[in-house]
Amino acid sequence: MNARSLGLSTFYYLGLLLIVLPFLKGNTLYLPLFFLALWTLRRTAFAGEQNRTFVRLRARVDRAVIGNHKPLLALLLAGAVALPFVSSNYLIDVFTSALLYAILATALNITVGMTGTLVLGFIGFYAIGAYTTGILTAKLHLCGFWTALPLSGLIALCFGLLLGIPTLRLKGDYLAIVTLGFGEIIKIFLNNLDSYTGGPNGILGIKKPTLFGWGLDSLPAFYWFCLLCLVVEIIIVARIFASRYGRAWVAVRENEMAAAALGIDVFRRHLLSFSLSAFFGGCAGSLFAVKQGFISPDSFTFLESVMVLCMVVLGGIGTIAGAVAGALLLIVLPELLREFALYRMLIFGAVMIAFMIYRPHGLVGSRAIALEQEDSLHG
Amino acid sequence: MADLLVIEGLSVAFGGVQALNRVSLSVHEGEILSIIGPNGAGKTSLFNSITGAYLPNQGRLLFRDKEITGRKPHEIARLGIARSFQNLKPFAEMTVRENVLIGLERRFSYGLLATILRSTRFRDEELNHRKSAGELLEFVGLGRRSRQLARNLTYGEQKMLEIARALALKPTLLLLDEPVAGMNPTETGFVMELVRKVRGEGITVVIIEHDMKMVMGISDRICVLDRGELIATGDPDEIRRNPRVIEAYLGGGATPNAEKQTPNPEP
Repeated sequence: MNARSLGLSTFYYLGLLLIVLPFLKGNTLYLPLFFLALWTLRRTAFAGEQNRTFVRLRARVDRAVIGNHKPLLALLLAGAVALPFVSSNYLIDVFTSALLYAILATALNITVGMTGTLVLGFIGFYAIGAYTTGILTAKLHLCGFWTALPLSGLIALCFGLLLGIPTLRLKGDYLAIVTLGFGEIIKIFLNNLDSYTGGPNGILGIKKPTLFGWGLDSLPAFYWFCLLCLVVEIIIVARIFASRYGRAWVAVRENEMAAAALGIDVFRRHLLSFSLSAFFGGCAGSLFAVKQGFISPDSFTFLESVMVLCMVVLGGIGTIAGAVAGALLLIVLPELLREFALYRMLIFGAVMIAFMIYRPHGLVGSRAIALEQEDSLHG
Repeated sequence: MADLLVIEGLSVAFGGVQALNRVSLSVHEGEILSIIGPNGAGKTSLFNSITGAYLPNQGRLLFRDKEITGRKPHEIARLGIARSFQNLKPFAEMTVRENVLIGLERRFSYGLLATILRSTRFRDEELNHRKSAGELLEFVGLGRRSRQLARNLTYGEQKMLEIARALALKPTLLLLDEPVAGMNPTETGFVMELVRKVRGEGITVVIIEHDMKMVMGISDRICVLDRGELIATGDPDEIRRNPRVIEAYLGGGATPNAEKQTPNPEP
C-alpha cells in the first residue's frame, strides 16, 4: 500500500473528526476514545481499499473535486451562499477570514503551485494591498474603495515586477530567502514611514464600501462580497491555468531546461506568474483592510506568510480546489478546536504531520493523480 | 550543398576539464549527420553548446549564416534548432498531448484577456493546435496515448514523445541525443524509419548514437569525437576504415581489419 492510497482515508478521518468534535463539547476525556475509534475504522477502511468499487468511488470523488464537476461545484457554492442564514455571527466572521485566506492562497498557488517557485514573503504583497487601500481611502481620502481595490492589486503587481526582475533568475532556496527578506523589508517600511502608514499605530477608520446603494457593513453582506471576489478570482485563475499560460508554467516547473529547448522563455514565464500572484495578493489585502477597518504592521508577520504557504501545500499544490480547501482547513479547524483549549495546537500539529505522511500531495491531491486513477480504472 | 550550421573552433571547458577542444565542423542542409565517439568524448557538450545550454569559451556558431554564439536556449529554439535529451526530460505531470502543445507554444497568439474571456479566438486556436498536436503524435506512433500522463509511457514511448515535441517547433535542424539507447531492434527500426521521414520533410538531422547499426545504416556523414577533439569526418565507409577511429574505439595496437568489425564501445 502506498502513501497515496492511504491519503484519501486520512481525508475521511479528518471529516469524521470535524463532525464528532461538537458532540465532545470540550470533554477531553473522550478524546482518547475517539482516536481509538478512528484507529479501528482505519483498519476496516483499508481492508476496503482492496475493493474495486471502493477504488472506483474514491477516484470519482477525487475527480469531482479536481475536475470541473459542475453539480458538485454548484452544491458547494450554494452551501457557501447559504451559510450566513444558518450560523452565528462569530462563525460568519471566521468564514469571512477563511475566504480572504482562500483568495490569498489561490493567488500564491499561481507561483508555488504552477511554476514551483517557493515564495516565503508573500504576505508583503498582502500588506502592500492593504496599505494602498488604507492610505488612499482613510488617510489621504483620494478615492473610494472601488478605485482603491484595483489600484491595490496594480501597485502590488508593480512591486512584484520590481522584486521579480532582479531575483527570479535565482533558483529554489535562494529565491525563497530573497522573498522572505522582501516580506520583512515591507514590514520595516510600514513601521517607519510614520507620515503615511501611521507607523506601529497603523491606520484607523477604513470604511466598508457600498455596492449599488447596499452597505457592505453587515457581517453577512461582507461575507457574500468576499465570496463573490473569491469566485471571480477562481474563474480567472482557472481559465489561465487551462490555457497556454498554465501549460507553459507547468512545463517550466517540470523541467526548465526542456522548456527552454522548446522555445519557452523561462524567465518571463516566472515573472508573469509572480506578478499575477502579487496582483491577487494585493487585491486580497485591500479586502482585508476594509474588513478590519484598521491595519497595522502586526497583521503582516512572517508567520502569516508561512500560514498561506501551508494552505497551498496542505490543500494540494497546483490545484485551485486545493488552495481553497487548505485555507478553510487551516482557518476553520483551529476555531473548531477551540473547545479543547490546551490540546488545540497539539491536535492541529498532529493533523499537519499526518498530512505530510499520508497525503504528501495535499488534501485535494494533484491533477495528475486524478488523471492517473481514471486511467487505472480503464486499464 | 549549403551549410546550415557552421561550428568554428569551438572550445568548452569545465574547470580543468576540456570537454570540447577547438572543434570545427559544418552541417549541410538536408543531411543526416551522426556524431559518434566513446563516452565522455564531448558529444552531448557539443549539443549543449549548439542549443545555448553551455556558453563556449572559444569559437563561433553560425546558423543559416547568422551568429548564434551566446544566445539564450529559448532564442535558439525559436530560430529553428530543436533537440531531444539523452536523459529523458518529458514533462511528466502533463498529458502526452500537452507535452506536444508546449512545442507548439510559439504558434499561439491569443493573450491574457482572450484567455480570461474565453473568446472565440482562444477556442479556435486551442482546437486547431490540439489537432496538430494529435497529428504529430500520430506521426510518431503515439496517437492513442495522447490523453495519458507522460510519466505513464514506456521508456521507448517517452523517447518518441520527445521527438514529437521537438518536431512541434517546426525546426530546420533537429538534434537527437541517443534516440534509440535502450530500445529493442524493432523499436530501433521504427526510429530509423521515422528519422528518414523527418529528413524527407526537409529537416536536417544530427544524431548522437552508439548503436552502430543505426549509425551506419542511416547517416550520410559521420563525425567522430574523442576526448573533446574531432578526429574524423566522412561517409560510413570511410569512417569504418579510418585507423584513428578504430584506435579510439578499440584502443591502441588493434589491427585495422575493420571491414566487418563495427566499432561498438557499449553493448
